[in-house]
Amino acid sequence: MNLRSLTIGQVRDGLLARRFSAVELTQESLRFAEAENPATNAYLRLSPERALNAAARVDEKIARGDDPGPLGGVPVAVKDVILTKGLRTTCGSKLLADYVPPYDATAIARIEGAGAVILGKTNCDEFAMGSSNENSAFGPVRNPLAPDRVPGGSSGGSAAAVAQGTAVVALGSDTGGSIRQPASFCGVVGVTPTYGRVSRYGLTAFASSLDHIGPLARRVRDAALLLQTMAGRDPLDATSAEAPVPDYTQSMDGNVRGLKLGLPREYLKDLTSESGDLIAAGVATLRKLGCEVHEIGLPATDYAIGCYYIIATAEASSNLARYDGVRYTFRSESSGTLSDMYRHTRGEGFGAECKRRIMLGTYVLSHGYYDAYYLKAQKVRALVARDFARAFSEVDAIVAPVSPFPAFKLGEKIDDPLAMYLSDIYTITGSLAGIPCMSVPCGNTAEGLPVGMQILAKHFDEPTMFRLADAFERARAN
Amino acid sequence: MKIAEKEVRYVAELANLSLSEAEVHKFQADLDEILGHVERLNEIDTTGVEPMAQVLYGSGDAASDLEMLRADQERPPLGTDVALANAPQSGGGYFKAPRVIER
Repeated sequence: MNLRSLTIGQVRDGLLARRFSAVELTQESLRFAEAENPATNAYLRLSPERALNAAARVDEKIARGDDPGPLGGVPVAVKDVILTKGLRTTCGSKLLADYVPPYDATAIARIEGAGAVILGKTNCDEFAMGSSNENSAFGPVRNPLAPDRVPGGSSGGSAAAVAQGTAVVALGSDTGGSIRQPASFCGVVGVTPTYGRVSRYGLTAFASSLDHIGPLARRVRDAALLLQTMAGRDPLDATSAEAPVPDYTQSMDGNVRGLKLGLPREYLKDLTSESGDLIAAGVATLRKLGCEVHEIGLPATDYAIGCYYIIATAEASSNLARYDGVRYTFRSESSGTLSDMYRHTRGEGFGAECKRRIMLGTYVLSHGYYDAYYLKAQKVRALVARDFARAFSEVDAIVAPVSPFPAFKLGEKIDDPLAMYLSDIYTITGSLAGIPCMSVPCGNTAEGLPVGMQILAKHFDEPTMFRLADAFERARAN
Repeated sequence: MKIAEKEVRYVAELANLSLSEAEVHKFQADLDEILGHVERLNEIDTTGVEPMAQVLYGSGDAASDLEMLRADQERPPLGTDVALANAPQSGGGYFKAPRVIER
């Protein structure tokens, strides 16, 4: 068994053929994760007890002749913004360093119900705010493929864990690109499903109208299998969608002949780098597979960053108001009066990026600015969504870059917040519209840095997105 | 400058954030730059566009939105001890906070 390339299918085959047990695989994965972690800081903590208990239950099922479940025995890493009952969940923040959740997120309950083995919790930007994983209170994550570079963010630890092979798949969260961008930087598959496809119950809220839970994997099929177990209506999240969940792997038949693909001209005009060349080569591959490629226009793109950073920070300033020193573990020593407790707990507890976003969000919602900023941004958001609706009346899927550049050096952009925000341009538009989008590996630069290609589809059309990504992955493997 | 130092301090007060002097100046510069970029939204005509507060998949009518609500039935709650377990200070079944009204 080669942990670096292990797939969900191989885990299942190995377990059913009794080549290894789930407990053996879990022990091996935990040892590997512990050995690799000093180099990357991908995991904030491992959960050997929970993992070994889950693995033992899978082994018992197999011994009884029962099916071990679609994720039976599969080692999974979980981003530390997703609540795990009894297992510390810090959100990468000093404020929640000691927080032990009293319940499991629905996504966690579902994957464990499907037999998954949760190995541990992965590092991330504080409260999922960042594009480099340098905003964690517990130190940055290093890219396993280039240790002097960032893994991307905010789900940097989950992407690194999958890339290094310590986990077969991982859970991340995405608000403006936090799954797709690190997947691109680490050379793995990352999926942001349709908004509402996966319940947000137990996902620590950053921007509620934009937050998603989604899978990271080394193979498209594994990402689809992981999403399959999590997707579907949850009475505990009123924004989770009723739409039936199709069998995602059924659509992955390798046939994409005649599929109409849109190439947004606004995304390619500034992309002159090596990343652009790799995307162009990827599009040529899709043409060879029989796809028809059309240039399309998404004219509101230029306004998407401004729109996103108003809406996301406004929602964040409201969501993060709950960390006030009363309920969530951390309270400042300087808490003489109630007001001092609020101000100092938050001032000492939050890191720089969270404070910057709380400030911006509070400003745009404050008296006299609401119409000019927040309301205006909500209208621009409608225009971004309208762009996609128009495009999808002509094409089946959209192909685009994920990031203007591959993984950058640690420290390179941390002092220029606006430049960091602007680099989210290609992922933010899909997030605002709430459509499914994913990053699939597209090739490496001359320096050996991975570049991901983004595939976007219409609401709930994950099947077309997965079909295209899977066919592309197969074509690249040949 | 789009945002004055006085405004930065006022917004920090609204957000209940204690900031150091260095942070006040850093955030003033950062917010100024970001708001400068955000100004561009004024270039785009949004006359007659309904604001989008949430992702809606189709009809968006009120009746189907109501269907999204679960039945209003009792469920067992977490319980006081569990709910208080992460509190920095608690006692007698309550969260404890500094005195609000001085006697």
